[in-house]
Amino acid sequence: MSDRALLEGSEAIARAAVAAGCRFFTGYPMTPFTELLEHMAALLPEVDGVCMNAESELEAVGMAWGAATTGHLAATGSTGQGLSLMQESLSEITNARLPLVVFNMARGQGDYFQATRGGGHGDYRHIVLAPMDVPEAVELTGLAFELANQWRTPVMVLGDYYLAHTYQAVSVPSIKGAAPEVPDWALNGSSGGSGSAKIISPLGGGVEGEEGFDLGAHYAACAAHIQEMSAGVDPLIDIGFCDDADLVVAAYGSVGKFVRYACLRLRDAGHRVGYVRPITLWPFPSEAVHEAVAGAAKVAVYEQNMGQMVDDVRLATLGAVPVEFIGSPSWDHSGFGIGPDINVPDISERILEALS
Amino acid sequence: MSDERIYLSTDSPPQEPAALVDDFTPSLITQANHHLCPGCGEPIAIRAAMEAIEELELAHSTITVFGIGCYTAFAHNLDVEVVQALHGRAPSVATGIKRMLPDGFVMTVQGDGDMVNEGLQEVLHAAARGENITCLLLNNGVFGETGGQMTTTTTLGQRTKTSIEGRDPHQHGHPILLSDLAATMDGAAYVARCAVNNAGNVARTKRYITRAYESQMAGAGFSLVEILTMCPTGWFVDTLEGPEYLQDTLAPVHNIGELKAP
Repeated sequence: MSDRALLEGSEAIARAAVAAGCRFFTGYPMTPFTELLEHMAALLPEVDGVCMNAESELEAVGMAWGAATTGHLAATGSTGQGLSLMQESLSEITNARLPLVVFNMARGQGDYFQATRGGGHGDYRHIVLAPMDVPEAVELTGLAFELANQWRTPVMVLGDYYLAHTYQAVSVPSIKGAAPEVPDWALNGSSGGSGSAKIISPLGGGVEGEEGFDLGAHYAACAAHIQEMSAGVDPLIDIGFCDDADLVVAAYGSVGKFVRYACLRLRDAGHRVGYVRPITLWPFPSEAVHEAVAGAAKVAVYEQNMGQMVDDVRLATLGAVPVEFIGSPSWDHSGFGIGPDINVPDISERILEALS
Repeated sequence: MSDERIYLSTDSPPQEPAALVDDFTPSLITQANHHLCPGCGEPIAIRAAMEAIEELELAHSTITVFGIGCYTAFAHNLDVEVVQALHGRAPSVATGIKRMLPDGFVMTVQGDGDMVNEGLQEVLHAAARGENITCLLLNNGVFGETGGQMTTTTTLGQRTKTSIEGRDPHQHGHPILLSDLAATMDGAAYVARCAVNNAGNVARTKRYITRAYESQMAGAGFSLVEILTMCPTGWFVDTLEGPEYLQDTLAPVHNIGELKAP
C-alpha cells in the first residue's frame, strides 16, 4: 500500500527505510545528513524500533554494528566527513559479514572514491547505490536493505544536499509492514552453554591456536566474497539516446539528473548526444557502459570534482573510445555541496564544447 | 621436574609444557589451554567473569563484546555468545546489542589500552547514558599485547618501554583513574575496583562482578568492574614478583573497593 505525498527527500528515505524493515538507526547530526536522523527519530518508535542520537560518528557506527549482530535491520549514516570517521568500523563490519545500510548525504561529489573503494583499510568494497532524485531514492533504499541482507554486507546509499532537502511528490510504502525475519546466524544469547556458542568476529571463528582458527584464510574468504558480490550483483544504469550518439555524457546522482536534462534539450536542438547514468556505482556497470558507448566518437564525464568516476568510465571503455573529463568542483560559500554550476546552460556549454 | 622450574622466569620459553594437575576449567570456558604468558592475571579475571555468569544462570542470555588485547584470545574459548569489536569500541557495540535485546545480558571485556586510551569517550558516554550494560576493565597499567608500553593508567614512576626512566608527570602526564571518573556519572549504578593478585582479592573480584551483573539484571543502569591484573612480561619482572609489583605499583594509585553501589 502506497500513499503519494509531497515529502522532503530525507523524510521519504526515512519512511522507505522503515518500510523495508529497518528497526535500528543511529547517527550524529551533520549537514546535510541531519534531517534523516530527525525523521528516523520520529518514525522508529512507531514500529517499536530504536533511534539513537550517538555521541560521535565512531559510536554511531559501533551501535549500528552491535544492533546488526542481533539480526534486526540496522542503518546509520553521515556525510563524507563523518563517514571518514566510521571507516575503521565499516571495514571490520564487512569482514564480520554483517548487513548494514549506510546513508551518505555527501557534500558535493568529492567522495566518489571514498564510497566506491571501500573507504577504510583492507581488501574490500561496498555495494553503492546513487539515486538521482527522491522517487529513485525511495526505490533504492528498499533495494539497499534487500542487498545488505542477501549478501550480509554494508550497502551505501550515496546522496547529497539536493536529495536530502528537495521536496518531491513521491509514493512511499507504509511503514507498518512487517520486518524480515531474524536470520539464523543472529545472536540473542541462546546458544550459550551449548558447547558451541556463536561468535561474530571480523577475525573469523574457530579457537585461536587450534584447528579452525586461521586469520589468513578468513581474510582470503572475505576477499573472495567481495569478488562474488562484484560478479553477482546486477549493476543498475540509466541509458538514453546512445544508439546514434556521437558523444555520450556520463554522470551520476543529482548531477546526473541535470546532465540527462541537458542532453534531452541538446537532442531537441538536433545534436547527437546520449547519456549514461550509472545508478549502482559499485559494482560499476562496466559492461553496460562499454556497450552503450561502442558507437560513439567520444565519451565526456561530468562530475563536480577533479575527476573520480572518470577512472571507472575509462576502465569500462578500455581505450575503445576517447574519454574526456568535462566536470569541475563546484562549491557555494557554505561548503555543504550546493553546486552553483549545476545548471543546464553551463552543462550544455561543456557538452557542446566536447562535441565540437 | 621441580615446581621451581615452572615459575623460574619469563625470559625464555618454557622447556617443557606445563603439567595439567587437574581440570578446574569452568564450564563456560571451552579450552583449558590459553596462550597468555605465565603469571598473567587476565585468565583469572575471565574465569571469575564466567563463573559468575554460570552461577547467576545467565549463560543462555549472555552476549559478551570483546575489545582488542591479550584477553582477546578468550573470545574464541568461551561458551557464551561473543561479538568481537574494534580496539576501544566495545561499549557502543554493546549498546546497539542491548537496545535491540533489552532482556539479554550484555557485557564488555576490555583492557586499559582499549578502554582508557583508545575508547575513553565510549565508556564514559555509556556510563553517562546509564546504558544498562556491564563493562569489565582488565587494568595492568601497560600495553601487554604489544610488549610493555605506557598506557593512560600507568602510574607515576612506573617503567615501561615508552617511559624508560619511569612515568614522569612533566613529560608523560598523570594516570587516569577510570573507575573514579565513571563513578561521578549519574548514569552509573555500580562501579568497583578490585585485583587478582591474591586469594582474598580474587574472591572480592568475583563478588564485585556478581554485584555488577545483578545490577544490570535489575535494570539499574551502567555497571563497571575494574580488575587490576598482573603482567610480569610487560612489567619486566619475574613471574613470581607479579602480585607484589601490582600491590606496590598499581594498587596504591588505583584504589581497591566499591566506588558506587546501590
